[in-house]
Amino acid sequence: MNLPATDIRTAPAEKAPKRQRHIAEEFRGKFYVYFCVLLMIVIIFSIVYFIASRGLAPFIANGVSVKEMLFGLKWNPEGDPAAFGALPFLFGSFATSLLAAVIAAPLGFCASVFMTEIMPKFGKTLLQPAIELLAGIPSVVYGFVGLSVIVPFLRDTFPGQGIGILAGALVLSVMILPTITTIATDALRSLPSGLKEGSYALGATRWQTISRIILPTTLPSLLTGVVLGIARAFGEALAVQMVIGNAPHIPHSLFESATTLTSIITLEMGNTTSGSLHNNALWSLALILLLMTFVFVFVVRVLERRVKR
Amino acid sequence: MSKHAFYTKDLSVYYGEKQAVKKISMEFPAREVVALIGPSGCGKSTFLRSLNRMNDLIPGARIEGEVWIEGRNICDPGTDVVSLRQRIGMVWQRPNPFHKSIYENVAFGPRYHGIRGKKALDEIVEECLRKTALWDEVKDRLHQSALALSGGQQQRLCIARSLAVRPSILLMDEPASALDPVSTSKIEELIAELKKEYSIVIVTHNMQQAARISDKTAFFFLGDLIEYDDTQKMFTNPSKKSTDDYISGRFG
Amino acid sequence: MRAKTVDRIATSVIIGVAVLIMAVLAALLGFLLVRGVRHIDFHFLTSFPQAIKTGGGIGPQLFNSLFLLVLTMIITIPLGLGAGIYMSEYAKQNRLTDFIRLVVEVLSSFPSIVVGLFGLLVIVNTFNLGYSLLSGALALTVFNLPMMVRLTEQSLRAVPREQKEAGLALGMSKWKTITSVMLPVALPSIVTGSILAAGRVFGEAAALLFTAGMSSPRLDFTDWNPLHPTSPLNPLRPAETLAVHIWKINSEGLAPDAPEIAAGASAVLVIMVLLFNLGARWFGRVLYRKLTASK
Repeated sequence: MNLPATDIRTAPAEKAPKRQRHIAEEFRGKFYVYFCVLLMIVIIFSIVYFIASRGLAPFIANGVSVKEMLFGLKWNPEGDPAAFGALPFLFGSFATSLLAAVIAAPLGFCASVFMTEIMPKFGKTLLQPAIELLAGIPSVVYGFVGLSVIVPFLRDTFPGQGIGILAGALVLSVMILPTITTIATDALRSLPSGLKEGSYALGATRWQTISRIILPTTLPSLLTGVVLGIARAFGEALAVQMVIGNAPHIPHSLFESATTLTSIITLEMGNTTSGSLHNNALWSLALILLLMTFVFVFVVRVLERRVKR
Repeated sequence: MSKHAFYTKDLSVYYGEKQAVKKISMEFPAREVVALIGPSGCGKSTFLRSLNRMNDLIPGARIEGEVWIEGRNICDPGTDVVSLRQRIGMVWQRPNPFHKSIYENVAFGPRYHGIRGKKALDEIVEECLRKTALWDEVKDRLHQSALALSGGQQQRLCIARSLAVRPSILLMDEPASALDPVSTSKIEELIAELKKEYSIVIVTHNMQQAARISDKTAFFFLGDLIEYDDTQKMFTNPSKKSTDDYISGRFG
Repeated sequence: MRAKTVDRIATSVIIGVAVLIMAVLAALLGFLLVRGVRHIDFHFLTSFPQAIKTGGGIGPQLFNSLFLLVLTMIITIPLGLGAGIYMSEYAKQNRLTDFIRLVVEVLSSFPSIVVGLFGLLVIVNTFNLGYSLLSGALALTVFNLPMMVRLTEQSLRAVPREQKEAGLALGMSKWKTITSVMLPVALPSIVTGSILAAGRVFGEAAALLFTAGMSSPRLDFTDWNPLHPTSPLNPLRPAETLAVHIWKINSEGLAPDAPEIAAGASAVLVIMVLLFNLGARWFGRVLYRKLTASK
């Protein structure tokens, strides 16, 4: 067989059908990827549309006021008169997730400083896998551990039943620790090394370098991690529901039974008939969750823009 | 049939606002080696990569002017770039074999272009590997991964891969700059052998290499084609002073 | 001198925190395994749960979890690859792409309970699939898709540009170059990431409460015809997964040995997640070695 550098004129004659083939192939491929992307867009719009259409019904069709929902203290959708105050749930969700962030953020920062500045080798081989593993543990398992370890511990140590905001926040803090740590570590690693060396060259101690140079420079990234952690905690359902006690009122202490948006939805959604006012009021709560997601994404975007600058 | 294999006319390449190649018109003779030389960033690689429209991949890159190959202007928007590229082989600075077996690296192209049947493919693989002097080195391990080969072998495999789809032109972007001296001289021998059948354009940083292997040499500077002539004349008696300065190592 | 003291204190605090985190993880795993492993035996893993008696197992739940995982991945992987290929290779730098990126980000930030509720409303009720494995798999697909898209996009972006150019220079269409040249190079990281994602799917419960349901029919493990209502393979039957089961027995378990079953089931779940984690690393490495022929 002869593989000639073909003369220009004797170039293969089957060119025409071949061209058709690769164009058709490209077209099919493009069609497929466009389909996948379109599907994703359709999914997100239908999520928003369907949840909003149910969640807005109580306000539009049944005359429940938005003000009552957001600031009312009493939740009794089946009662007479029915009450739709969701403030206790909102309070519970914000309290648990913010408290969890308050606990987890310093721990996460310390862990990331440990992994990048103090003992990088040990951090990479032991601490990092440990944190990845924490991220992989399912939320029901966290709930189970919370119920069988944290709640009894709190019951024995503090007044009250052990269940409540603090139990929820402790469980959540372990769950969001990986998010905060991972993002903080990435930020610290991407820091130009000249920055640190400059500080050490001036005779600053390690801690001075960390607290005066490294943390201020990476602050927006660190905050991004914290916000993502809060977002995750805010949307977490089962782990919190298992340890918080689920009493629909604003608690007076950290050790008193409380509830969150996600828990009330989890508990009541199955027991109400679709289309009833009670059911629709639960969809309103879901809508609030959805809107909070948008808020969190927006805040993260704003922070990320800061990082880029 | 004209003596030249292909030619460019007023070819310009822009990256965004920056003009990287400035209105270059060049003729490339058939079955000869043309070396493109010049300091880094002079536009020679960009020029090479626009000959098979590989620059299309770079966001913001834009071509103006004409490149005529086989009676078609490949810069014409209606040109089927995909089938055009089959006629033009390309070799890169770093060897980039596919993450497949040695056999598959060579057979992959022809099979895609419609050659079926094990026997036909086997023949193509053997022929291409023989042409690149690789056959004896790898014939016992054709089905092992190509990434297990040495850098020089990988580069020759990449050349074999591009020969397998029967191009008439080979574009080489510093094909030996990442290789050791022994592998480099093998590649150079190979180029001397291949020019019997293919028109070759090679970008090189290495002046001696250009002098050794090319028939014609083009000197690029800041996106302009300064001088283009027979290699012998370029290296002994260039007509432009800047060419002389560059070749004799006074800058660049 | 004072600065040095502060430095020493700060360093010790940081090291203390690192030790604390390791200790929490060790305690967590230790607790789960010590409490749980005692209850794990062949009978526990294969027998049916008991509502009010002791001695119930988690056989159907374990099967459901695995089956649901397979169904989810079958749906997610092709869609995620497609959208990921778009993001990495076909998307132009413009507003539309920014918008799609936002969609992926929002989709990945939705709480899983919201995804579950969407599944209830659209898949279970509107499409009328009922509480079923298929509904659950579709809801988990929504939940998992953004991760798969990002994974594919990042893995393809990490492929050297010369690989892509080599495919194109042989006169192949872009699509063929992506699928036959670039995907094989990206495969190890895609596989590793998918297995990790699978671990997440395996432990997910909130999205499944209202889609796959909280109960299983009395499965007949001798009937493998997917069309029969009690066949394990029937994708249209309700299915309680292991994670959902743990939640259920913790909140409303009536069996006297409910805490033991919860402990055993949690241990099984965590062991599975550990296996996914280790498996992903191991498999990714093996695949990488095989594909690149490096020693």
